[in-house]
Amino acid sequence: MKASRFAYHAPSTLAEALALLAEHGDSAKVLAGGQSLIPMLAMRLAVFDHLVDLGRIPELAGIDHQGDTVRIGAATTHTAVESSVDLARTVPLLARAAPLIGHFQIRNRGTVGGAIAHADPAAEFPAVALALDAQLETVSPRGARTIPAEKFFLGTWSTALADDEILTAVNFPAWRGRTGHAVEELARRHGDFAIAGAVVAVELDGDDRVRRCGIGLLGLGSTPERATAAEQAVTGTAAGEIDPVEVGRAAMSTLQSVPADLHGSADYRRRVGAAMVTRAWQRALREAHDG
Amino acid sequence: MDEVQIRLRVNGLERRGRVEPRLTLADFLREHCHLTGTHLGCEHGVCGACTVLLDGAAVRACLVLAVQAEGREVTTIEGLGTPENLSPVQVAFQENHGLQCGFCTPGFVVSVTALLRDNPDPTDEEIRAGLSGNICRCTGYQGIFKAVRAAAGNTP
Repeated sequence: MKASRFAYHAPSTLAEALALLAEHGDSAKVLAGGQSLIPMLAMRLAVFDHLVDLGRIPELAGIDHQGDTVRIGAATTHTAVESSVDLARTVPLLARAAPLIGHFQIRNRGTVGGAIAHADPAAEFPAVALALDAQLETVSPRGARTIPAEKFFLGTWSTALADDEILTAVNFPAWRGRTGHAVEELARRHGDFAIAGAVVAVELDGDDRVRRCGIGLLGLGSTPERATAAEQAVTGTAAGEIDPVEVGRAAMSTLQSVPADLHGSADYRRRVGAAMVTRAWQRALREAHDG
Repeated sequence: MDEVQIRLRVNGLERRGRVEPRLTLADFLREHCHLTGTHLGCEHGVCGACTVLLDGAAVRACLVLAVQAEGREVTTIEGLGTPENLSPVQVAFQENHGLQCGFCTPGFVVSVTALLRDNPDPTDEEIRAGLSGNICRCTGYQGIFKAVRAAAGNTP
């Protein structure tokens, strides 16, 4: 459990970090909170000649609420998300997903940007980013760009980020009005990776019809997934006429490659996933209805 | 690869060292500072035996590189109490059968110290969630839980 050798760089500005990545190309890796990368290095699942630590770049951390958008700096820790009074109100899915990530010792180091850039299909924040149409800000030597969450996750641990590109911030929309939010997941023990889970945001109009709905799935594919078919089925429908079990079933209907491992077969995961969607849907709807 | 000069404070004392970047904070504490109270179980962030405080926050010392701790303040189990003067959490573990073999104990004590500092009056559920990041293979969890309950009543 010892990593192979690498050189360590601790730039104090984003420009310096970009220059280092440009110089070292794919032999370099960005180090954020390190709660996934360091164990992968220790187990030698990953080997890099250079680590570029973003931990000493102050401009990367912080939560900034402007209008209907909440901008979260990539280096903001899970603990900061969990304890943010503003986020609990503006982006409840993040605040409610955060306590499910690992244990508090992990959350003290792990970062929002790190979790999203790592792109583990069973992680919570990538599913939240998908469900809410988050916009991801990046920089590279070619300039800054914004990547929609739906175009970001390409495969397990694989994203649209280039080798020399850094995720700098994630913009989440703050849903207003009659909204409800819920996160449900099944893990063998608290803090373990979920076997399957769902995050649901829903907004009702004045007549109790579903105005909009976002459903993100975790642990049910090679990437976090979005249950588009289920979202479309409920949108515009009177909330009271929607069968929660059917929402869960619809959310599973379009999944292409449900993983199977010693924690459960693909079939088991689909059943768990459907149940998690149903539960999260019911809780989110109740919250939207009761306020 | 080139070694790096680092300087940090450990239990109030300044420590310097020349380290390979791949050296974890846990190995730095044990091998360079000879503070062997920080135990290493899994070395990949699962067991919690190596938990220390980094600028006051409980972290896994096996998931922090020593170079990342440059300029920071680290508190290990040795900084929380001594055999002659145990910390309130250590007393509670002793009095409530919160340890058997003792291997996991430093990690538990450091985690619980941070937990009770941030939440002095936790619910039973909060205690269990707070303990979930540390593994005890003697299966002493009920005693550990009782120790936290007791310590919560005794810490100021």
